Amino acid sequence: MKSPLAWHRLWAIVLKEFVQMRRDRITFAMMVGIPVMQLILFGFAINTDPKRLPTVVFNASPSAYTRSFVASMENSGYFDVLTSPATVAEAREAMAIGDVQFIVSIPPDFSRQLVRGEKPALLLEADASDPAATGNAISALNSLNQSALQHDLKGPLATLGTPPPSFEIRVQRNYNPEGITQYNIVPGLMGTILTMTLIMMTGMAMTRELERGTMENLLAFPVHPLEVMIGKILPYIMVGYIQVAVILIAAYFLFSVPIVGSLTLLLACVLIFLAANLTVGMMFSTIAKSQLQAMQMTFFFFLPSLLLSGFMFPFRGMPVWAQFIGEGLPLTHFLRIVRGIMLKGNGWTETWPNVWPMLVFMVVVMLIGFKRYRKTLD
Amino acid sequence: MSSESAIDVHGLSKSFGDKHVVNDLNLQVGKGEIFGFLGPNGSGKTTVIRMLCGLLTPDAGSGTCLGFDVLSQSAEIKKQVGYMTQRFSFYEDLSIRENLDFVARLYDMPNRKQTVQAGMEDLGLMDRADQLAGTLSGGWKQRLALAACMLHRPRLLLLDEPTAGVDPKARRDFWDEIHRLAEQGISVLVSTHYMDEAARCHRLAYIAYGHLLASGTPEALIDQSGLSSFSVKDNSSALAERLRKLPGVQQVVAMGNVYSVSGQDGALIEAGLAGLPDVRFERTDTGLEQVFIQLMENVQDAAP
Repeated sequence: MKSPLAWHRLWAIVLKEFVQMRRDRITFAMMVGIPVMQLILFGFAINTDPKRLPTVVFNASPSAYTRSFVASMENSGYFDVLTSPATVAEAREAMAIGDVQFIVSIPPDFSRQLVRGEKPALLLEADASDPAATGNAISALNSLNQSALQHDLKGPLATLGTPPPSFEIRVQRNYNPEGITQYNIVPGLMGTILTMTLIMMTGMAMTRELERGTMENLLAFPVHPLEVMIGKILPYIMVGYIQVAVILIAAYFLFSVPIVGSLTLLLACVLIFLAANLTVGMMFSTIAKSQLQAMQMTFFFFLPSLLLSGFMFPFRGMPVWAQFIGEGLPLTHFLRIVRGIMLKGNGWTETWPNVWPMLVFMVVVMLIGFKRYRKTLD
Repeated sequence: MSSESAIDVHGLSKSFGDKHVVNDLNLQVGKGEIFGFLGPNGSGKTTVIRMLCGLLTPDAGSGTCLGFDVLSQSAEIKKQVGYMTQRFSFYEDLSIRENLDFVARLYDMPNRKQTVQAGMEDLGLMDRADQLAGTLSGGWKQRLALAACMLHRPRLLLLDEPTAGVDPKARRDFWDEIHRLAEQGISVLVSTHYMDEAARCHRLAYIAYGHLLASGTPEALIDQSGLSSFSVKDNSSALAERLRKLPGVQQVVAMGNVYSVSGQDGALIEAGLAGLPDVRFERTDTGLEQVFIQLMENVQDAAP
């Protein structure tokens, strides 16, 4: 029995797709332009450690101590102390509108009680509707009461200062010591951009043939479904690599994201990730009846990928069932691989546990797509 | 190869949902024969052609196409059949040359470049070789489609209304080409609505509502219909109504100021015509159009 697959037919499909891609200049420009634009936009824009948050201070007990405390708040970088609004009511209104993030109220007796060692309290009201925006600022403020007044509480008042703790915690921030958001976001963006553009492009591949009526001819030719599917996937692997190259160059030169591990290993893992996404697009393509439906399916898949993969929110923050879904998505594993190789310098052994799930995903999706492929017009 | 038949199918049936599109159809097309496939819109012609080349799976029936089983060997059939779709289905964002090159690669043609070149020369496509197919007019698109479906030198051509929307000169060229191919032993099944094209076929089949109503050579079909026709000349425009009312008259067609009248009882019509004052008439040959309209009307009468 002769093999049902033949190189010449596969090659015919690949060449045809390339010519069509070349003709559709806008789409091609988008495939290269979108990664650059999104990378620059999000790479510079996304910051998970917001600083200089608008803060109003009502100091009813002006003294060297309280002024020193407010100064150290500003010095922490998280608080931008505003001069208005003038009253607490106005400040609360401003918080409701969203113009003010924090209101600090220092009560009238604060300084006196402080000097007497009565351990007074001050009130910090935070707009905590977005916990991520206020979390770091609040924890910074919590440590301020230990250090802010160290210089002012001297001599007889020294006993009011915080006694040195009985032991010390030394924190070592591995892989990203300065906590630079971009080190985390930029490699992650590579995965999300590839997921979106590639699934969309291949998602339209078969539906376009259906909509333009060329499917009838394609089915009348003696060409095997796998030849069509693979022939349509291969050109996009190249497109994917162009996108990866653009993103990696930008990551390295524009955002100075280190590439600690092996570039070859990274590019090899990229290939598997590309193939996994392209088969998803291909499967959608065999189910959807129009390009619009293919688009909708793409977004249906893209959103969970974005939100449950650990790109936007910490993966371990999710409940187990959500982690379970996340584990099924190729982007989850790719993010771990990319961050692992680029930031941690992971090698093959550390990478493999995230490679095989992508392979399994790809094979399963490919089988579904192959079963769904229309061999007739029935 | 068992026989001289290019197509030999029996009892072919196909329904979509509860709509029976093709019913128990038998069809034999000989080698080197040009077989005309006629029938009103929606009669199931396209469905039959799609079943023959494996694009649709028949619900029932059996048979062979080029000696290969229609049900189980569609891959083999596809390799040796050239199918020209009713709707243009080549790539509009590819040029003529690129489209043909794509087809030639799919069929793994030896001397691909020369084959494509020769295919374009045969159909006069050279001047537009690098024009995008989407920018071609209807007639040129048809030529491209024909060139493409003949590129791999198929033994059987299935042409689904290949000349719809094509000018008369191009149609004549097209049919000359078909006859040239038939002389080389290629069989052709062609569906059409044009009677002049039907007349150029070796044999015809007429289907309506999925049923084969008649088949045979054009001459035999005309004979079988039993129709007698007359051409009637008069300058009065009210003549058509009067002619329709004559006993035995089944069809009246106005062609300029000549009326073509036909019906199954020639003598009765002749007597009626003779009774009309100031009317000149003479007996003429019955055309295929009259035969098919007759067939259609009979079916409609019989339809539930």
